[in-house]
Order: sequence, then structure tokens, then C-alpha cells
Amino acid sequence: MSTTTLPQRTLARTNGWATAQVVINVLTAGAMATLMWASLLYAKDAANLAGVEQTAQRIFYIHIGCNVGAVLAFLVSLIGSIAYLITRKLDWDRVTQASIEVGTICALGTTLSGSLWAKPTWNTYWTWDPRLTSITITLLIYIAYLLFRNGIDNRQTRARFGSIYALIAFLSVPLTYFSARWFRSIHPVIMNGSNPDAQGGFGVGETMGHTLLVATVAFSLLFCSLMFQRWRQLRLEDRIEEIREEIE
Amino acid sequence: MSVLLQTEPNNNALVAPPSLENQPVQMHTGGGVGAYLRKVGAIADKDLRAEIRAKEVFSTMTVFSVLAVVIFGMAFDLRVAFPTSVVPGVLWAVMLFTGVLGLNRSFGAEVDRGSLAALLLAPVDRSAIYFGKLLANLFFLLATQCITLPAILVIFNVNIFQTWILVSLLLGTVGYVTVGTLFAALSASVRARESMLPILLLPVMLPVFMAGTKITGLVLDGKGLNDIQRWLGILIAYDLIFLVVAFLVFDLIWEEL
Repeated sequence: MSTTTLPQRTLARTNGWATAQVVINVLTAGAMATLMWASLLYAKDAANLAGVEQTAQRIFYIHIGCNVGAVLAFLVSLIGSIAYLITRKLDWDRVTQASIEVGTICALGTTLSGSLWAKPTWNTYWTWDPRLTSITITLLIYIAYLLFRNGIDNRQTRARFGSIYALIAFLSVPLTYFSARWFRSIHPVIMNGSNPDAQGGFGVGETMGHTLLVATVAFSLLFCSLMFQRWRQLRLEDRIEEIREEIE
Repeated sequence: MSVLLQTEPNNNALVAPPSLENQPVQMHTGGGVGAYLRKVGAIADKDLRAEIRAKEVFSTMTVFSVLAVVIFGMAFDLRVAFPTSVVPGVLWAVMLFTGVLGLNRSFGAEVDRGSLAALLLAPVDRSAIYFGKLLANLFFLLATQCITLPAILVIFNVNIFQTWILVSLLLGTVGYVTVGTLFAALSASVRARESMLPILLLPVMLPVFMAGTKITGLVLDGKGLNDIQRWLGILIAYDLIFLVVAFLVFDLIWEEL
């Protein structure tokens, strides 16, 4: 065995998981590159906007993409926490943790890109809009979840408490959304429905529709790829911990 | 009571148990709704009695809430022309921050005294412990508000003793202790417990906070039930949803100690 070379050993260690990871990473990289091209060059300018607002509108593709990632993370973590409480398999807890970690970044991206867009369009970085409120509260809950986990030593307790918290906390997000909705809303509704009070909305033309589709796919892939990678990493971390305990 | 509190073995008690008068609560695991409610009452009674003797939670919460009202009063006095525009926010913010103090002690005191295991060994359903603690916390918070409201009246010169404000405050407090008691139990045995609870609790309390401030503001503007009923609806929905969910998951918290 000592005569094997590094590439050979790497090849020997390569299993289904690693292959899947490579495939999804390559797809993600391709999709993100396409998105950069589509959002900056391919998509035409919004016809009804002008000047800075027109330029700022291009943030929208990243904004929607990050939001897709955050919503996916939200749903996956909810599924993960319920599945853990039912099955008690740590793999599900790792799903929750990995998706919340990725979701934190996506939610942060959504909030920041939204703020940057809102300044030229709404003339303010911040307003108490239901969507803004609920994404920010979701972000705070994600961060609280991660801080909370860090404070618990026992592995099973950490998984159980984390799952309980994720379950309860995320049940409050729809309520937050609806309460905030009855405050004033000026967020444009791009996809369906309309908001008569909206400011900075625009019709989605053909090239913009394509770019939007690319953004959704690219960020979904990005979420899957990051989450998958983190999930495998968490499995290895737990394995290392187990082996360390066996040695001691 | 004295018979029950004795620590040395009492052989007579084994042969001839003391009369039923000396047993305030029958700790059977079965026994229907009546027995369940008595167990809940016993847990709440234990907390209230400990509080009456130690005077630890209520005094801290009251002093803190009055202090917070005074600080808000000073903060807004220089700039705000109409106190009615800030009072709703002050009322609910003070309520949220004060509650954390009491909730921290709810299970934190059990952990500090080392009596959590004893509490869990009590032959009652875990949910009875939850509802007992919830009742005690509800009582502490409502008692504190009996001091906070006059303080706001004095400092801001705004009359908040109006029916719908008080109703919303009651509903909001129920929702608050419903989630708060559960999170207090979660964070009780965690490192940095005292600072962890508000971080966990406050984002989840946002619907209650928004609905509460909105109701208070609308009532202060002279609006009637028609304008506030959707917000009351949010408070009631919040209370019901989280009572059921907390009841379902509370059993899962302590599996190993």
C-alpha cells in the first residue's frame, strides 16, 4: 500500500457522495457565471425606470436569488428539525444546521442587496415593510439558533434543543409577516398580484424573465451545493468526535 | 405540612399515612382533568410560595420596569411633543424586557438550587410542570404590570387604563409566557443562560409586540373595537398556536440530565 501515489489514494477515497459534490459544484459554478452574464449584459434595462433607479434595478436578480436561497433554507431547516424530532437521527440535525448556516448568508445577502436597492428607489435604506421585517426576523432567528447551539455541550441535547427552537421560532415567522403586512407596505410585488402603494416596481420583459429564471436556478444550486458540502463536513466533524472519544 | 417537611424517616407514616388533610395534592399519574389541574396548581403554588419567601423575582422585575419607564421618560421628554405617540412602544418594550428577568429565574433558579431533577422526578406529566410554571410566570408578569402601568401614567401623563389596552396586555402576556416558559426551560441548562434567553425569545415575540403596540396606539387615538379586532385576532391566534405547540414539544426537553 505504501507504493500508492497521492492521486491513486484520492481516487480510492472517492465515493458516491464526493462525485455528487463535484457534479453539483460544477453545475453551480456554471449557473452562477451564466447569472452574472445574464443580469449584467443580457437583461435589458427596465423601460419605466430611469437613471440610478434603472441601474439599481439590476440588483434585483441577486436579491431574488438570495431570497430563493433563504426561503429554501427556511423550508429545509423546518423539515430537518421535524424529521429529527421524529426519527432522532443526527443526520437530520446536520441538515437543519447546514441549511440554517447557508440560510444566514442568503438572508444577509437579501437584506443588504435590498437596502442598497431601496436607497435610490425608496430614498431610504430601511422601512417597516412586511417582507423586510420577516426576512430580518428570520435572519435574527437563524443567528439565535446558531448561538444557542454553540452553548450546548451534549451532542444529542444540542440537536434536540436546536430542533425544538427552530420549529417554534419558524412558526412565528408567518405571524410576523401577516402582522407586518397590516402595517403599511410599499414593497413592489413583482411575481404575481399587485400592490397599489408599491414604489419602484417594473414590468418583467422577456430578457428579464429569462434572467430571473437563471437567478432562481443558480441560487437554488448554490444553496444545494453549499448545504451539501457543509452537511458532509458536519458528518466528518461528528465522526472525528466519536473516534476521539473511542481513543480516550 | 410539618409532617411532610420532616427529613428523618418516619416509620409511622408508612404504617398509617397521615390523614388526607395533610396531603394538599394527590400525586397520581392518572386521575382525569381535576387531578391534572391540581398538579398544575401545585407547581404554580410552589413557585409562588418560594417567591413570597425569597422575594427575588417580583422585586427585581418591578424595580427594573419602573427604572425602564423612567429612562424612556427621560429619553423622550426632550424631543417628543405628544407622549401618546411613544407610550404604546414604551409600554410593550418595557413589558418584553422585564419579562425576560422573571423568565430567566423560572428554571434558572431550579438549576442553581439543584432542584430541577427533583422537580422532574415529581410523579406528574411534564406538561403539568410546564403549565404550572406558565401560571406562576403569568402571575409575576401581571403583578409587575400593576406597578408599571401607574408608573407610565405618572411619568407620561397618558391614561392607559382602558379596557382594550388591558385586554391586549393580558392576551399579549399570555402569549409571552407561553413561549417564554418553553424557551426558559430550553436555555436553563445552557452556558450563558441569562444572555441567551432574550436572544432566543425576542425575535419570536415580534408578532405580539407589533399587535400590542398597534392596539395600544389605536385605542389611544380613540378608535373602537372595529379597528383593533384583527390585531386582537393575531394575539389570540398566537396564544392558541403556541400553547398547543409548547404542550406538544415540552415533553421532549429533558431526556437525559
